[in-house]
Amino acid sequence: MHELSIAVSMVERILEESESRGGLQVEAVHLKLGVLSGVDRDALAFSYEIACEGTILAGSRLVIDTVPLLIYCDQCQSERTPESIQQIYCPHCHAPSETILRGRELEVASLEVAA
Amino acid sequence: MSTSPRLIEVRAKVLKQNDLLARELRERFRGSGVYVVSLVSSPGSGKTAFLEKLLSRLSTNHRVAALVGDLATENDAARLKRAAPMVRQITTGTICHLDAQMVEKALEDWTLDDLDFLFIENVGNLVCPSSYDLGEELRIVLLSTTEGEDKPLKYPTIFNGADVAVITKMDLAAAAEFDLAAARRNIQNVRPGMRVFEVSSKTGEGMDEALSFLQSKLEASRMTLQHE
Repeated sequence: MHELSIAVSMVERILEESESRGGLQVEAVHLKLGVLSGVDRDALAFSYEIACEGTILAGSRLVIDTVPLLIYCDQCQSERTPESIQQIYCPHCHAPSETILRGRELEVASLEVAA
Repeated sequence: MSTSPRLIEVRAKVLKQNDLLARELRERFRGSGVYVVSLVSSPGSGKTAFLEKLLSRLSTNHRVAALVGDLATENDAARLKRAAPMVRQITTGTICHLDAQMVEKALEDWTLDDLDFLFIENVGNLVCPSSYDLGEELRIVLLSTTEGEDKPLKYPTIFNGADVAVITKMDLAAAAEFDLAAARRNIQNVRPGMRVFEVSSKTGEGMDEALSFLQSKLEASRMTLQHE
């Protein structure tokens, strides 16, 4: 399980962002997590709480927004969402795709702060 | 009257620090003309045996080095040193993967300009290493015939994040009733277009193809660098 390492990096990044904005009172963190990011949602949520302990983020909520897989199908010339990450091909014409447009995200999208 | 919280857009990549360092490493590797290959797989699928063969065969006409990651022990480095002198163990303690910082630290006093190939053997793990860019040019995922042909479907992320797959222990394929066609199909389903090699580090089967592929990759990367 590497989610604790990920959560620690995440807390560091959020603290950096907060400091660069003069110190924010963060109430919630919105994270974009792709289905191909290699990070487990529940393990990350659990680790986040631990990583926040003793920082100004203690008690903040983590809101995880799962990003589905999006590929580009050369055959159909359009963007498609495969049925699963075990089937990385076009669900319409079944052509394999090497172009992954979305699904690898591991990104803090936004911070909810006290107004 | 209570005010509703404000939403501030930050769009901060969680692994930005690792990604930046990996990019720096990649530039350094390219500048030195060393082709860097990493190996990922589950524990016991034959990374070290494969690497041992690669090092001993490549070292006849190339300058090679290797970093090898494990939670504990220097056993793998000691084993690989018999095949090539420049081998260094990275022990991670409790950490289940290598990251760019560990690689940078392990390279501190090595002169990369003197090298053709640098191999980085990751900690045996099919989950955690997938999130961390190490600055490598090529990532090889290994799958042994004794693990079963459905490993790519169970661990799609690591297969999808790799560039090349190597099926190891081909000498045991029949005994393990390994379905090679299904394994190849499963790999293509999670990583369309992926090149697959079949090898036995024990008998040497398939090693020629893997070696000439790596040599062609080294030549191609040097051609690209010359034209830049």
